[in-house]
Formats: sequence, structure tokens, C-alpha cells
Amino acid sequence: MTETELPEYPMTRAARCPFDPPPALRERQRDEPLGKVRTWDGHTAWLVTRYADQRALLADPRVSADVTRPGYPLTGPLRTGGGTIGFILMDDPEHARLRRMVTAPFAIRRVRALRPAIQQIVDDLIDGMLAGPRPVDLVEAFALPVPSLVICRLLGVPYTDHEFFQSNSRILIRRTATPDERGAAFQAIYDYLDDLMATKIASPQDDLLSELGARVSAGELTRREAAGTGVLLLIAGHETTANMIALGTLALLEHPDQLALLRDGGDPSTVDSAVEELLRYLNITHNGRRRVALEDIEIGGCTIRAGEGLILANDIANRDPDAFADPDALDVRRDARRHVAFGFGVHQCLGQPLARTELQVVYGTLYRRIPGLRLATTLDRIPFKHDGAVYGVYELPVTW
Amino acid sequence: MSAVHVTVDQSSCISSGQCVLTAGDVFDQREEDGVVTLLTGTPPESLSADVRHAALLCPARAITVDESPGPPPSA
Repeated sequence: MTETELPEYPMTRAARCPFDPPPALRERQRDEPLGKVRTWDGHTAWLVTRYADQRALLADPRVSADVTRPGYPLTGPLRTGGGTIGFILMDDPEHARLRRMVTAPFAIRRVRALRPAIQQIVDDLIDGMLAGPRPVDLVEAFALPVPSLVICRLLGVPYTDHEFFQSNSRILIRRTATPDERGAAFQAIYDYLDDLMATKIASPQDDLLSELGARVSAGELTRREAAGTGVLLLIAGHETTANMIALGTLALLEHPDQLALLRDGGDPSTVDSAVEELLRYLNITHNGRRRVALEDIEIGGCTIRAGEGLILANDIANRDPDAFADPDALDVRRDARRHVAFGFGVHQCLGQPLARTELQVVYGTLYRRIPGLRLATTLDRIPFKHDGAVYGVYELPVTW
Repeated sequence: MSAVHVTVDQSSCISSGQCVLTAGDVFDQREEDGVVTLLTGTPPESLSADVRHAALLCPARAITVDESPGPPPSA
């Protein structure tokens, strides 16, 4: 096969199956689980579709996440202006050094202590919805505010600025935004957090930006590294969970038997397993994890050469029949904990304990408090985020 | 089912917390950075399955489970 004949990645979802990965990914997993694809700029990269291969490669130190290395399969043109979003596109030891500066607030004990505050946020927003007009857009009224309020509290960002950072985040992760648009959006959020950090250094409070500011004062971090970490946590902290809330709700409304099990089960463990299953089933990060090989790697009968790019499509890995029985069924009672929705290896999602807790509170509360929740439109009229690095719905009109 | 012996590598831990969620009686996290600590290296047999699952889930492969020799098979 010549390079021009290679299929292009990302592939397109089937119009009638908004919760399923693109059919072409399923075919690749079945017929050619390790093979080349073409990316937007005409370069080629290995597409890795099997669950076991992805876990092996993501945990392999011969695989780099450094976006600046030749051969790294970029998701689109680099944004203008430079600047780094945190540590996700770096390798150890720099990655490990920066990541460990912010791991403490995401430890299980610290996140569990936040649970009552998250419950209060969720209950207050539901009170507001119940008192307001119907139908309502669940994204605007609930899915976006929940994680935004939580991450603002954790970081020490004023929630009154939510429209500013939400709109710039949306531009930054939209596949179709121009390099200039994304550069400007990044710079706006970066400058905002850099200014806020200066305030926190002058008068520290009990929040993560103040902790980062203290490390800057102590000479452990540069101001640039601290602000970059702030950008990463603010964006990753609200956009991802917001999409899991809205898309998860839509998936449950389309699977009423599963919604009933979750709502009427009366067992917190059903809520916990439903969270893991919806993470597995929905895979909101649908651009594939991107890596580049540092050395030749033998895997699955293929040789990935040093310098070749890797795209690890976690959406299809989580539907691998060798890893999950009946993988295309949404089954809130299955044990799905080994999914790769948060990735695997040293870059696995830092905020996963917080995301899990938010989703447990949301899925465990929303459908119980509004048992008559239903779509106020039809599935075919819902705008899906096919153009985003993070999948979900732009709006979700609901009533009850 | 048999008892296991557990060790952890703190230098490779990335503080994902999966081990604490899976086997909270065996694993804990350091206050300052969430890095894994062991509550016991020789958990009771009833926790063996959870410990093995924690090792499987650990994204940094920082948990090593040694299967202790079980009792001799009955004749």
C-alpha cells in the first residue's frame, strides 16, 4: 500500500451510532491491529487498536510523549505563540518533577474530603434547575457548572470568570480552530493564570495556585512552569468531566434499562461501577493518545522503528472483545475498572480520583432527584462534538 | 487462592491512587505527594484478589506481587 492509499486518522463515526467508535477503527482492530495510517499533514503513524498492545506501549519507557520530537504525530497545526500546557507533552524526568508538584490534592483521602462540597454543588444546581423553566440545556445548567465550580475551588480561581476560561478552552481543543485562534486562546488563559498567581504569591490562600506560587517563591518551579501547570489543570479539570456528565446522561436516557438499574439499584457500588462502565463505553478523548518511539520496538509481530509515530486509539481499545466481553453493550454492573479511558503509563490522568468522585456524585444524584428526566428533542437533533479533541454534546435539551 | 507478598516502588509511582481504591487496607498514599505507601507487605489471604487487581491496574507498574508458596497440596 502506498502512503497516499493509507486511511486517514481520525476516522468518522457512523451517523446513527453516536456512542460507538468509528466503524473503520473496529475493522482495523479485527483485520490489522497494528498498521499505518496517514495524519492530517500527510505523515504516517502506527495506529494501535488492541487493548493489550496499548497498555504495553503506554507503559514502555522506549515510548515518548514529547510533542517536540521529530515523528510525533501532531493532532493539527501547532498553535502560534508557543508556551506549554503543563507536563502532559513532556517526558520524565521533567514530567515527573512537575507532576509531583500537584499530586497531593488528588490523593484519594484529599478527594474524599471534598465529596460533601461536591454533593452540595450538585444539589444546589439541581435545585436551580427544578425551580427554573423547562426545557433546559443540561450542558449549560448543570454539566459544565459542576466541574467548573469544583476545579475553581480547588485551584482558587474565581468562578465569576467561568465564561472567560470556558470559551477559551473550547477554542483551544476544537480541531477546526486556526493556529492563530488557538494561540490567542492559550495566551489569554496563560496570562490570566499568571496574573492570578502573582496575586496568590502576594497574599496566599488555601488553594492549589497558592501552593504553586509558594513553590515559585521557594525556587522549586519557574513562574512559567507554574502558570503552564495551572492552564492544564483548569482546562482538563472542567472540560472532560463536563462532557462525561452530558454524554453519560444522554447514553443512559437512550438505555433506560441501564438507567433504571443505576437509579433504583439502591446500592452505591452500582453507581461506582456505572461510572467506570460509562468511562469505558464513551471514551470522550477520541483523538488517540499520541507518542513517538525512541528505539525500535517489537510488538505483535511488527517492528516499530525509532522515530516513528504512534496513535493509540483508546476508544476502540475499550471495545476490544479480548479485554471486555460483549464490548459494545453498555452494562453498568460489569467490572470495567481496567479500562484505558484515563490512559495508562506515567501519563495516566492526574485528576482521575476527582473526576470519578464528581461523576459518582452526579450519576448517583441527578436521576434520583429528577426521576422523570427525559430528552426534550430527538437523538438525531443533538449536536455532537465531532470536531473536538474531547467528544461530547454541545447542548442537551432536557425536561421532566 | 493463596496469600501474597507485596512490594512497591515509590520512585516509579505516579500517585494515580488506583491501589488505594482497590485495596485500601493494603495501600495508602503519602500526605505530601500522594506516592504509594504499604500498610502491610503480607496482607491476609482474603485480600489477595484485590491486591492482584491493584497491581494489574497500576499505570506505573509500581506494585510487585509475589505469590507466597501456599500450603502443600493435600495428598
